Amino acid sequence: MASVAQRRSPGLIFFSTAFIVFWLMIATGPFIWTVWGSFKVQGDFFSKTDWRYALYGVRTITETGDAFTGNGYFGAWIQQEFWRNAFNTVIVVTFTVIISLTMGTLGGYALARSGFRYAFWLLMAALVFRAMPHITLVSGYLLPFFEWNLWGHLPTTIIVLVAINQPFTLWMLHSFFLNIPKDMDESALVDGCTRLQAFRHVIIPVMWPGVITTGLFSFLLAYNDFAVTSVLLSQENQTMVPKIASFLGTVRQQGQVMFAVAAVVSAMVPLFFLVLFFQRQIVSGLTTGAVKG
Amino acid sequence: MKHKTFFWFIMPSLAAMLLFIAMPLVSVAIQSLFVEHDQVLVEVENCTPFKCESSVAVDQEATAALREERPLGQFNALGTYTNRSHLAFAEVREAWNASGSLYDFGAQLMNLPFYKALAFTITYTAVVTPFVIVLGLAIALGVNALPQLVKGPTIFCSLLPMIVTPLIGSLILFWMVDADGILGAALQRIFDDDQLSLKASHSLTWIMLIVYGIWHSAPFSFIVFYAGLQTVPQETLEAAQIDGATRWQRVRYVVVPYMTPLVVFITLMQLMDNFRVFEPIVGFSASAKATSLSWIIFNDLRGGDIQLFGSAAATSLLTILGVIVLLMPVLIRTWQEFGRKVV
Repeated sequence: MASVAQRRSPGLIFFSTAFIVFWLMIATGPFIWTVWGSFKVQGDFFSKTDWRYALYGVRTITETGDAFTGNGYFGAWIQQEFWRNAFNTVIVVTFTVIISLTMGTLGGYALARSGFRYAFWLLMAALVFRAMPHITLVSGYLLPFFEWNLWGHLPTTIIVLVAINQPFTLWMLHSFFLNIPKDMDESALVDGCTRLQAFRHVIIPVMWPGVITTGLFSFLLAYNDFAVTSVLLSQENQTMVPKIASFLGTVRQQGQVMFAVAAVVSAMVPLFFLVLFFQRQIVSGLTTGAVKG
Repeated sequence: MKHKTFFWFIMPSLAAMLLFIAMPLVSVAIQSLFVEHDQVLVEVENCTPFKCESSVAVDQEATAALREERPLGQFNALGTYTNRSHLAFAEVREAWNASGSLYDFGAQLMNLPFYKALAFTITYTAVVTPFVIVLGLAIALGVNALPQLVKGPTIFCSLLPMIVTPLIGSLILFWMVDADGILGAALQRIFDDDQLSLKASHSLTWIMLIVYGIWHSAPFSFIVFYAGLQTVPQETLEAAQIDGATRWQRVRYVVVPYMTPLVVFITLMQLMDNFRVFEPIVGFSASAKATSLSWIIFNDLRGGDIQLFGSAAATSLLTILGVIVLLMPVLIRTWQEFGRKVV
């Protein structure tokens, strides 16, 4: 309820609204432009003559007979077999999320319920691990993986992503479990449950909001990763993001850049829906760490 | 919770972290002390009917066998750290003696790959972090003043730059600012210069990457500040108003102090994330003008025909050292707080 005194002056309202509109243009403009442009030919999307060509698709009409073309998508998904990479991404992301949540809930619960000093040190170690640039870890994996013939396979990458994910997952679930009152599982213990039974029957039914939020961030980490997947996966096992990077080197010829544009837009779509459906969880997840300090 | 139960609960994730985070660090430390084998050279005599010539050739089989036998390479002690592509002590000393001014010295340092990457990484981190905080707070204040109805969609749109894969986000911006892209072409028209390209200049490349960094991270600080704004008590704001504080003074003296813990949190996260800047350099194909520590490690591993494990490992260890220096204030503070709590 804004009181009369709190009402803003028209000038201020105008200024702040204009600023937000400007920000929204910067934030979403590039995406809209690229999605629209991905249905044109290269001559339009990268038009030297007139940028409006990309809006109306002048060259697209002369080249394909229609203002919109799916050639980029056809080229990327069918000719360049991008669907294989999409499939690999599905496998990697699904298993990474499931495994890291399973390990993370157990560990996070233990950390939240243990008052011992080492629990604190574990959390601090996790914080330091969280700060390690992923590529420094990757340079440590590479030689042993080559030696043991582990390099290039999807399961190896999944395990590595799970491990890299653990510090973050532990921190996040730890603070979610702190919010679940101790009395709940302790009364179960008094009633004669073991720890595992208390966890199974009391904690699991109420932990889902926290787990879903953490899962979203695990998903994002695995889906967005480039450092690990580009170095640890062989050519045929590549996921979408490293594949797009290797597209860049190979498809510079006329007409082929649109393959990369189409691939980029395709890889963006799942993220778009993710934000659409889980906006509230993402926002709450981002702020958990902040509010807890 | 009993020690034993605690152990069983934490074991899977502890094992994963030990095996795949702690062990690689050890492995990096060991690898950095070794260097790739030299190729095995043999003297071959080529005899023609008239005379015999001896020449030196690479014995491929023996080289391969040697690599097979000792994959780590040969022991090099700290040699990798001090060579030209890392700390380059000899070159730095030479540059220091040869250069007349500090500026000249800096320019010579920028020819050394490690210092070039370090300079960009630090600049990027130091510039992006404060900009992200200020921009994020401004957006949060602006969104907070919007009518309830449009807040949801605004937050949705604002989240996109952060959620999208860094490589994809940087590619999207790159295609726009590239010479043929909409912004690049517009700039060429404005400055009436057909050759103008952001990629061609050092400083413009740096600015482009930094702008990307701010665009990518601003939503994070916006969301945190926006959530923080909801917790600022209305009574305090009203009290300030009754005391005659202007709108600006209310923001400066009531809202901002409430945001201070959040600023610490965002700074910490941003320092960690910006220090590992990597994907935008690949996305913007900017490696000729700007490299980061993460990028040179990647380049050692994927760039050439031979993977330079020793070199990559040495850079990795130096990077980790940098991260620890960066985190030191936070670690010390947390440790002190914890000490107080226990005592």
